[in-house]
Amino acid sequence: MDAPLLEVLGCRQAYHKEASADLVVLEDVNLTLREGEIVALLGRSGSGKSTLLRIVAGLLHPTGGEVMWRGGPVSGPTDGIAMVFQSFALFPWLTVQENVELGLEARGVPRAERKKRADDALDLIGLGGFASAYPKELSGGMRQRVGLARALVVYPDLLLMDEPFSALDVLTAETLRTDLIDLWSDGKLPVKSVLMVTHNIEEAVLMCDRILLFSSNPGRVSHELTVSFPHPRNRLDLAFRQMVDDIYALMTRRAPAEHKATAVPPDPLATPLQRVGLNMMAGLMEALAASPYDGRADLPALAETLHFEVDDLLPLGETLQLLHFAVLEEGDVYLTEKGRAFVQADVDGRRALFAEALRAHVPLVNMIRQVLDERWNHRASAVRFRDELEDHMSPDYADGTLRTVIGWGRYAELFSYDEEAEQFSLEDPE
Amino acid sequence: MSTTTQPPLAAERRLPNVWDIVAILCVFATLISVAHVARGTWVRIDAPGATEISLDPWRLPEYAVRTTLRMFAALAASLLFTFTYGTAAAKSQRAGIILIPLLDILQSVPILGFLTFTVVFFMNLFPGQVLGLELASIFAIFTSQAWNMAFSMYQSLRTVPTDLVEASTSFRLSAWQKFWRLEVPFAIPGLVWNTMMSMSGGWFFVVASEAISLGDNTWKLPGIGSYIAQAQAERNIGAILWAIIAMLVVILAYDQLLFRPLVAWSTKFRFETTSGATASDPWMLRLVRRTRLLRSAGDLVGQAATSLGGLHLSFRRDPWTRHGTQSRAGEIVWAVLIASLIGWGSWRAITFAAAELHWSDLGEAFLLGLVTLLRVIVLMVLASLIWVPIGVWLGLRPAWARRAQPVAQFLAAFPANLLFPVFVVVIVHFQLNQDIWLTPLMVLGTQWYILFNVVAGAAAFPGDLREAASNFRVNGLLWWRKVIIPGIFPYYITGAITASGGCWNAAIVAEVVSWGDTKLVAHGLGAYIAEATERGDMARVVLGVAVMSAFVLTFNRLLWHPLYSYARRRLTLG
Repeated sequence: MDAPLLEVLGCRQAYHKEASADLVVLEDVNLTLREGEIVALLGRSGSGKSTLLRIVAGLLHPTGGEVMWRGGPVSGPTDGIAMVFQSFALFPWLTVQENVELGLEARGVPRAERKKRADDALDLIGLGGFASAYPKELSGGMRQRVGLARALVVYPDLLLMDEPFSALDVLTAETLRTDLIDLWSDGKLPVKSVLMVTHNIEEAVLMCDRILLFSSNPGRVSHELTVSFPHPRNRLDLAFRQMVDDIYALMTRRAPAEHKATAVPPDPLATPLQRVGLNMMAGLMEALAASPYDGRADLPALAETLHFEVDDLLPLGETLQLLHFAVLEEGDVYLTEKGRAFVQADVDGRRALFAEALRAHVPLVNMIRQVLDERWNHRASAVRFRDELEDHMSPDYADGTLRTVIGWGRYAELFSYDEEAEQFSLEDPE
Repeated sequence: MSTTTQPPLAAERRLPNVWDIVAILCVFATLISVAHVARGTWVRIDAPGATEISLDPWRLPEYAVRTTLRMFAALAASLLFTFTYGTAAAKSQRAGIILIPLLDILQSVPILGFLTFTVVFFMNLFPGQVLGLELASIFAIFTSQAWNMAFSMYQSLRTVPTDLVEASTSFRLSAWQKFWRLEVPFAIPGLVWNTMMSMSGGWFFVVASEAISLGDNTWKLPGIGSYIAQAQAERNIGAILWAIIAMLVVILAYDQLLFRPLVAWSTKFRFETTSGATASDPWMLRLVRRTRLLRSAGDLVGQAATSLGGLHLSFRRDPWTRHGTQSRAGEIVWAVLIASLIGWGSWRAITFAAAELHWSDLGEAFLLGLVTLLRVIVLMVLASLIWVPIGVWLGLRPAWARRAQPVAQFLAAFPANLLFPVFVVVIVHFQLNQDIWLTPLMVLGTQWYILFNVVAGAAAFPGDLREAASNFRVNGLLWWRKVIIPGIFPYYITGAITASGGCWNAAIVAEVVSWGDTKLVAHGLGAYIAEATERGDMARVVLGVAVMSAFVLTFNRLLWHPLYSYARRRLTLG
């Protein structure tokens, strides 16, 4: 067996916050990558997989642990590693050709050779006629092809891809995936190995040889799976479906296990809330209650009928679970009694049920309401709650959590909120 | 592949075409005039004809060229300043702490008040030479141009999209390459726009700074501003009309020849991923693109710039250490340095003020400041009442908006102080109250900013909202209050901020106006500064300018900034 291309040893990434303990994004992540394999980092958004990719790319410096590239430590962007971005990251003022040549120019490759290599890369990726176009003239799929050509033209040994197809529509993404796999299978890609980040389970099973499953809070590798189907793979194949099912089960099993692991419940403010809208929740519950599901559904099947990706569906399911409207179990989701009651209730009844669930299961809502009740003027600044949240999570998460709670609380008429003054109050409700 | 085959027309096009001849003529005409002006600059100040102005209209083209060249010299200096100061402020956190507030203050200080003293400074640098005067004039123009350009650069550099930064880092562009490939292109649209605004502002200063009296001496640099001053002194209304015509031609020329093509070119750098509606190329850009000679010259410049920007210059430090902690000692040294600078500055200011001034002076300046403030407020209200309805009317009719927009921008570029004498003649003739009738002069040049921003806002107002409003039969006052005013508000604020800033500056030249021996003075802080300048009373000029800066800053902080951020937060569509 060859020496590994890339090794990540005990990697840890944490952000410092003055007031409290570090916010840990990645904890003790280990990863080995060999030549000739495509590996997926699969996980929910916020599980730190993109952070890990940036650490491997040398864009971020890990707080702890080490990244070894061909046996030497990585201490910045490295020659043999190139990256494809989720947002394409094309320079709008450079033509396709100039965008592709950028990495070569940075290395001081002479003009003639630059042009030749760029032409080759563009031809390979199917963009031969677009060399003089500007990115804004291209469709999303074509833009990502440029991103791919720009990475390939430097002949990297390792190609990093950060959710490369998630900004594209379903059909375009599929075409790009199969094109890429075809090139890879035919040995036409000038790379030795690919590491890609994704939150799309089927995409990972379709493309990769190995899948590293990430769990969140803090991010760590929870499972490692080998995908041994030969290319080209068939999504409808029974074994393929079974694997997708299994991964769903693994990903939904995580959350309850974690709760049991911690005997003493952590600070009520420590869990970030996911930005899930009310209509989504109600819609999902209605879909679950109706036939063909009658209250219980298989997650992958549900995702497919609703055109959801795991990143949309899991937060939704988990939020319903948090509010005790539904339960996630082994890749399935089923409605509770409360959930059924919610579906059957009218507008006011739903609001009352939701308010009840919020007060029972979301400590932050309770806390805000308590403070408001105690104050003589029934007003409270959002800043203090945000500060308290920030002691437990990153500012982005704190903001997201607060916004979610504001939306929920307004709907439930537990409090009202003045965006301009950033102030909660008891003015309208009751 | 397509470049290797020559289209059949290629051979024909190799011959110079008509446009080439035009281009050659243009290039040589420019070179000759530059050489001519350069010769004039090195002349001694007392040489015959060096600083005398003739009112012969045939001398106007020469004067116009000299004035324009001054403008461009100042513009070059401003660009240099922008690229150094703006970049330093954005790149170094330490420098930014001091550079940004400083820029904010400099923006609000009416430099026009200091003109006399900068002239003395530059004349001492080159005693007895016209060059000193030239530099003083260029410096005055520079001070009206540089700040907002540097600000625009700073803001662009701070908002470069992170994914592009990551892409540049991961492809290992050196700092120099990153600057020219990523940061400068990203800053270009804002910079071009601000350069245009600066040019407009600069005309005002060029006219004011060419004719300078110091004690008993009056120097007049050959230029349109001096021509006007001379005409004013001789009460020659015909000459003033000639000057206005010359100015119109000059502004039209550089607008068409330089800025239209620049703006069209800069859309390439606009950071948007969808291709919007593209306006047709202005004729000058078409000329450059179609003319073989100009095009190959352009390509040559472009290639040189590209390879210069592509040089692998780097003072690369380990990219990771930059994120690390900065040295504690350096932090302390920096803090001490700034503190001592502030201490020294305030000590100087206090001793200076104590020696020359009295508390009553401050009171007087403050009261006069209130008078000028009242003027500014009244003018802003009046200008808004007039131009908002007109702007909305124009903006909602695309055919009109297209025509009105360039006209309004053109009017904003026109130096309003050229028109002052006309007003003076009217005021003197009808014996009007100076305190009231001199006031409109302040807003003469800046009201157009309100107009063209409102036109732009109304033109961008979404069609579905208009349809919804008429579907629900929202009419009359309600339509203004609930539909269109909130819709154009962010645009209106942008225009109003510029306009009110311009008003303050204009007060210095608008509150005292003379026509031959007749001198009209309105009460106000502008007149206070202008008269102190005339007496050479440095202390009171400084006081007046300081008080005015304070007024402008307070006005901005208490009124415009909150309004602006409110508009940005609540009234921006989408």
